Amino acid sequence: MIELILRRLGGALMILFGVAAITFVLLYALPADPAVQLAGRSATAQTVANIRHELGLDQPLIVQFVHYLGNLVQGDLGRSYTQKTEVMTLILARLPATLILMVSGILVEVAIGLTLGTIAALSRGGAVDRLVMTASFVGVSAPQFVVALLLLYVFAATLQWFPMSGFGTVSHVVLPALTLGVLGAGWYARMVRSAMIDVLNQDYIRTARAKGVAERTVVLRHAVPNALLPIVAMIGIDIGQFMGGVVVVEAVYGWPGIGQLAWQAIQQVDIPIIMGVTLISSLAIVVGNLIADLVAPLIDPRIRAR
Amino acid sequence: MTHWLQRTALAGLITLTPLAALAEETPAKGANIVVTYKDDIATLDPAIGYDWQNWSMIKSLFSRLMEYTPGTADLVPSLAESFEITSDGLAYTFKLRKGVKFSNGREVVASDVKYSIERAVNPKTQGPGAGFFGAIVGFDDLSGGKAEGLSGIETPDDHTVVFKLGRPDATFLHVLAINFASIVPKEVVEAEGQDFGKKPVGSGAFVLKDWVIGQKLVFEKNPNFYVADTPKIDGFTVEVGQEPLVALLRLQQGEVDIAGDGIPPSKFLEIKNGPDAADIIVDGEQLQTGYVAINTRVKPLDDVKVRQALNMAVNKERITRIVNGRATPANQPLPPLMPGYDKDFKGYAYDIDKAKALLAEAGYPDGFETALYASSTDPNPRIAQALQQDFAAIGVKAEIKALANANVIAAGGTEGEAPMIWSGGMAWIADFPDPSNFYGPILGCAGAVQGGWNWAWYCNKDLDARAIEADSMSDPARKDERAKLWGSVFTDLMADAPWIPVFNERRVVAKSKRMGGPGNIYIDPTRVINYDAVYVKQ
Repeated sequence: MIELILRRLGGALMILFGVAAITFVLLYALPADPAVQLAGRSATAQTVANIRHELGLDQPLIVQFVHYLGNLVQGDLGRSYTQKTEVMTLILARLPATLILMVSGILVEVAIGLTLGTIAALSRGGAVDRLVMTASFVGVSAPQFVVALLLLYVFAATLQWFPMSGFGTVSHVVLPALTLGVLGAGWYARMVRSAMIDVLNQDYIRTARAKGVAERTVVLRHAVPNALLPIVAMIGIDIGQFMGGVVVVEAVYGWPGIGQLAWQAIQQVDIPIIMGVTLISSLAIVVGNLIADLVAPLIDPRIRAR
Repeated sequence: MTHWLQRTALAGLITLTPLAALAEETPAKGANIVVTYKDDIATLDPAIGYDWQNWSMIKSLFSRLMEYTPGTADLVPSLAESFEITSDGLAYTFKLRKGVKFSNGREVVASDVKYSIERAVNPKTQGPGAGFFGAIVGFDDLSGGKAEGLSGIETPDDHTVVFKLGRPDATFLHVLAINFASIVPKEVVEAEGQDFGKKPVGSGAFVLKDWVIGQKLVFEKNPNFYVADTPKIDGFTVEVGQEPLVALLRLQQGEVDIAGDGIPPSKFLEIKNGPDAADIIVDGEQLQTGYVAINTRVKPLDDVKVRQALNMAVNKERITRIVNGRATPANQPLPPLMPGYDKDFKGYAYDIDKAKALLAEAGYPDGFETALYASSTDPNPRIAQALQQDFAAIGVKAEIKALANANVIAAGGTEGEAPMIWSGGMAWIADFPDPSNFYGPILGCAGAVQGGWNWAWYCNKDLDARAIEADSMSDPARKDERAKLWGSVFTDLMADAPWIPVFNERRVVAKSKRMGGPGNIYIDPTRVINYDAVYVKQ
């Protein structure tokens, strides 16, 4: 187990190096000059040249990259061009919000998806099944900003059950988590349904039923745990995805997560922030997948650590 | 040598304000207001901050030698008590107000002024506004890294500062009123380093109490501020990350007092026709002109007749309708609020037949193909489409390239790259209310360089000479003469038609019903929102 973790972390380092190199080259190949952007409209050519020099942008790309990596190894992501604050400070300040949204989003989607998927599988082909599948289809297809604005309008602006935006209390997280959850729940319901149908047709389920085990126990103890496997893998992917920031949801609810930071940085060509967020979310994807791989054998003993 | 002397009593600052007109309204005591923005506040370091959000906050955190009367473009001494200008316009002597303190308790003295300006110019600061101070003796040495300070700033005693200029600069008093000239305490700047922008210390109307990154900034009234009865609120909280649509809903429910991003175009008509429109919408002119830059160095746009034809082809009335009428058609580069604006100038009238005739004369009876660059943020692509249709009516096929602002700016600053650029979203808004600020960077020869903002690549040596002549009239008594000379520069350059001036956009801010005061303190020509002047009605 320890060896697996070390091996995977080693691989993760290689991936991060690759991500850093590719992002770096892509960002510097952009036809937008951060120094001109920073200097603004009234700056003289001398001012632009001075800013370019101070930021080290006048050095060859490879020198800049080596310099960046050198700092990165020491945990230094550099300073934002526009905010002048350390990128690490900016990311850490927003990380709690992103983590809270991620965890609550995943909880909502798993809770709804698992329940609906199981119900649909049990009434396979029936009216309930069709209803659930249609609902999940709508959930998957509905654009997030529409869901977000709808929920906001109904539950915050009209009914005033929840605050319209912001961060800090449990009631602030309900609507954003629900918005995220509706989309994920659609996927989860579909996956759980097919996994459950598959499991319910297995011999051991028939055996359990033949022994006279109560249907409730058959489903909850024998079927659901075995149908969970694909869900675990999916949660691993979600961790990565949500850590990169869910730009639309964050924007509508004024959620101070990493997605908003990245979005603003892209518009301002704030390269250190874009690099930092890309690296952190790549790291999250790698770690998320690792967690999923580590948890899988615990749920299904047939999978052994390779 | 004759000296021009101006002394302005402190009272003048207050009595001159347009607030007097609303004397029947009494500001409520102890009020705190909430302001929202979508984007994070970048930095509050006055030597670096340069966007329309942090601009007004920096104004209120720091003080400067000169300031503007709230809601107007009228310059008055502020941290300076009085000043003198020599008749040759080459030396400015300021007497500082005594007893003014930074929020850390230390008195503001002359050496702080010298340090602050030198810091704004020093390349290590990475400040975008260094060039504004180009007239001060020693600028080239400091900017070029050959000196540590500006030899042209002298501090004979703690309350006197003398600026020596290498050339007369009629805009110099304006320069001392822009944010880059804000006074900062050296010891705090050195202790905080690059974090000064997050932990600013100044001597303005407010102090920054708290900054929760990505969420909010809390500003509190500076009880020791040297201007009487200012500010009129006890504090304001800036909440960031707020979608404009959500901010507007919250404003209607009374949770928000000023929606800094204004009213989203999709909601504008609904709000405008709503019952609260008069209380909620503040609509004001700003020092802005939206224009199409026509690249004078790209064929066939290098032909003046072609550029004139394009000018006549644009239906400006129709374009103002695209922005819900929040703009006035323009015929010259200067906006109407700017000194030097010529209200009798007619420009190029909308005339398709004449435009076609001009094109034929230029040798393009069937038109030609070209490209029009524009910012990809709404409503700019829609405006670009309207321009495209207008050009098509005279046979000119313009391909639209809607890109991120940074890419349009990069294309505009590369010679021969962008044939035409619609300036919306990146349009010129004056740094200070003086016509020279509308010429040098965007229409003068100095801006027609790699990475410059003169996207028309227009360079007229005669006009440049007149610009220099106008800017050397630094005697305030020659103000009108100077404005007239400047005005003629802008109307004369229209003969060469390097721009199609399209409209002067008005700014729209949404405020809650409890906010008082005239519209021009919410859309202040030099500050955007004037936090020093806004108040809550009793």
